[in-house]
Amino acid sequence: MVNFKPTEEQELVRDTMASFAREVLRPAAREADEKNEMPEGVVEHGWELGLVQSGIPEIFGGFGDARSAVTGALLLEELGYGDVALALHLLTPRLFTIPLVVAGSEEQQKTWLPRFVGPEFRVGTAAFVEPRWDFDPTALTTRADRQGGDWVITGRKCLVPLAAAAEAILVYATTADGLAAFIVEKGASGLGVGERERNMGIKALATHPVALDQVRVPDTARLGSTETNLQALIDASRVAVAALAVGVSRAAFEYARDYAKERRAFGVAIAQKQALAFKLADQAIEIDAMRLLTWEAASKIDSGQPATREAALLKHYVSGSALGITDNAVQVLGGHGYIREHPVELWLRNARGFASFDGLAIV
Amino acid sequence: MIDFELSENVQTVQKMVHAVAEQAMRPIAREYDEREHEKPWDFLNMMWQVSGGNPIGGTGERKPKEGPSERNLTMCVSIEELSWGDAGLYLSIPNSGLGGAAVAAAGTPQQKERFLARFSGGKPKWAAMAITEPCCGSDSSAIQTTAVRDGDHWVINGTKIFCTSGLMAAEKSEGFVVVWATVDRSAGRAGIKAFVVEAGTPGMYVTKVENKLGIRASDTATLVFEDCRVPLTNILGSPEIPKTSEGFKGVMATFDATRPIVAASAIGVGRAALDFVRDTLREHGIEVRYGVPAHKLTALERDFMDMEVQLQAARLLTWRAAWMMDNGMRNNLEASMAKAKAGLVVTQITQKAVELLGPLGYSRQLLLEKWMRDAKINDIFEGTQQINQLIVARRILGYSSKELS
Repeated sequence: MVNFKPTEEQELVRDTMASFAREVLRPAAREADEKNEMPEGVVEHGWELGLVQSGIPEIFGGFGDARSAVTGALLLEELGYGDVALALHLLTPRLFTIPLVVAGSEEQQKTWLPRFVGPEFRVGTAAFVEPRWDFDPTALTTRADRQGGDWVITGRKCLVPLAAAAEAILVYATTADGLAAFIVEKGASGLGVGERERNMGIKALATHPVALDQVRVPDTARLGSTETNLQALIDASRVAVAALAVGVSRAAFEYARDYAKERRAFGVAIAQKQALAFKLADQAIEIDAMRLLTWEAASKIDSGQPATREAALLKHYVSGSALGITDNAVQVLGGHGYIREHPVELWLRNARGFASFDGLAIV
Repeated sequence: MIDFELSENVQTVQKMVHAVAEQAMRPIAREYDEREHEKPWDFLNMMWQVSGGNPIGGTGERKPKEGPSERNLTMCVSIEELSWGDAGLYLSIPNSGLGGAAVAAAGTPQQKERFLARFSGGKPKWAAMAITEPCCGSDSSAIQTTAVRDGDHWVINGTKIFCTSGLMAAEKSEGFVVVWATVDRSAGRAGIKAFVVEAGTPGMYVTKVENKLGIRASDTATLVFEDCRVPLTNILGSPEIPKTSEGFKGVMATFDATRPIVAASAIGVGRAALDFVRDTLREHGIEVRYGVPAHKLTALERDFMDMEVQLQAARLLTWRAAWMMDNGMRNNLEASMAKAKAGLVVTQITQKAVELLGPLGYSRQLLLEKWMRDAKINDIFEGTQQINQLIVARRILGYSSKELS
């Protein structure tokens, strides 16, 4: 039965994340962007919220929360509203833990998951994106081939969050029987984590290029079996990224709206001019549209149905809308929007990342 | 819990209505587009019979407090199907329509009984709404039509244009027209009231039926009122002129109910075009590939995906506005959001569909060009794109109509 109301439990989670976003992430965002680093205390604070532990079953020491893409979407919109870079840092271990929870063998789960439920932030990550203009998530150029009982992986990756600090990286590669993922431990022979990347936005999140030169891993390092549907993980990640994009868009929209009511020109607030007011109206509509499409795709995932089409359409829609909305926020502020004293230019730079981000967030 | 699956009940209705759209509407869609001003009486009588006079077009009643209702959502789903069949024919279906929606939104319980009971039997009937005048459309508070009290009657004088089903409601059935008029021009919008004028009331004349770009199966009439007398009890709501513009707002609340319905109709037309394009591509072995990177998509695939997701965005906004009404929530902002989005994207989608099919799209042998013409009305009636932007803007900025005009 069609329903647009989150459960009380979901509202509670959302409210918790909203205050964290407002009180911790937002005030820290500008400095973090300027300094290219996580501000002190944010990681600890974020860890206490249990973003990573919540997704790990109780038998491995986690909170064992039922995985829900809808709950994830509600929570991520708030985190994105706070700051995308900081949020992605906090969420990075999930790039490693969630695929293990969903598709990992008992052995893999037993070995790795308990490491992510301790009192301190631990890093695992995933390497998915490749440094090519024609990057194709359905045809990765990184290859993994059988040699004896092992796998040998070769290829180049980029945008790997927190790779330098990661205890293990989940590397996605093409095999003879399709897309697969492999656990590659820190220090593996042939694994090279490059210098930190310098990107236009999401600057507070350390991302690295990763080179794999004949990295040999045992068969037990392969995630799941040949039957494992990794496409479902990619779909889920697209929905998660979309939810973050809704949050950034809402932040930019609200800032521009409030500014337009304050700023006066020709004797009235600029928001009283239709040219501007109508643009803001369109954006309010777009943000709601983005959110509803995100919820719909998420709820499809939660019901266990294939959501590849919905996730693809969502990505197409949201990456364009988020860019348009943050761009307009800069425009509403005029010259002031271009100056780094206001946050809107930061949101424009961050929002541009969504189109390039496939596979960079899994919740 | 957030859920986008239609309930079994709604799905059942959807299937039933779809069958009507496919079997009774599609086959005559072109014919009554070409034969403007002629009525498909077999279809109209059949619809009156099968609906039992129940308003598929809806009366916009808000849900009473108890129990979940899916009334407005069901209506939106049904109207999407009917408009998928044919938007002009859908608009011409006899029922309480927009006039009934006004009675439901602003009338007393007695008035609802008195004016709406007729739609449950007898011969086909229509109820229309007359707001727009030659002087003013979007600026509905500037209307010139007057209603003056004379003993136990109101005397109405003025001219109304663009009145959907006006001919059927005023002359061709035992229906009625809800007429907006001012009882005191110096009171501005507070002085505007709605009056029910029964079909055949002396002094009400249909002087013109418009020739239109699309929705040609539906009549759009000019109504002239010359000393047209209606009983005192035909005023909807209170005859008092309030200090504030509350009364006007009450009448405007009609639109909160009707805008999601117009949006749903728009979506039906858009889906018709989208389905046709998909089927045509499929016949030629072209399937849209989802999930492949942007640089590998053809321009056609990109266009199609864009149309598809825009339509779905409009649909979800529409369902939300309807769901809010079903749950007794005020949906003024959300209704305008849905209408603004749906009117615009469906206009664009149908234009793109014509473009994608090249010379075939332009040909009257197919329905694509008709859907493009039909779609455009949704960007105009029940509040133009711009009026709905204005409403949304005022709401999100917290501005009055004085602060943002």
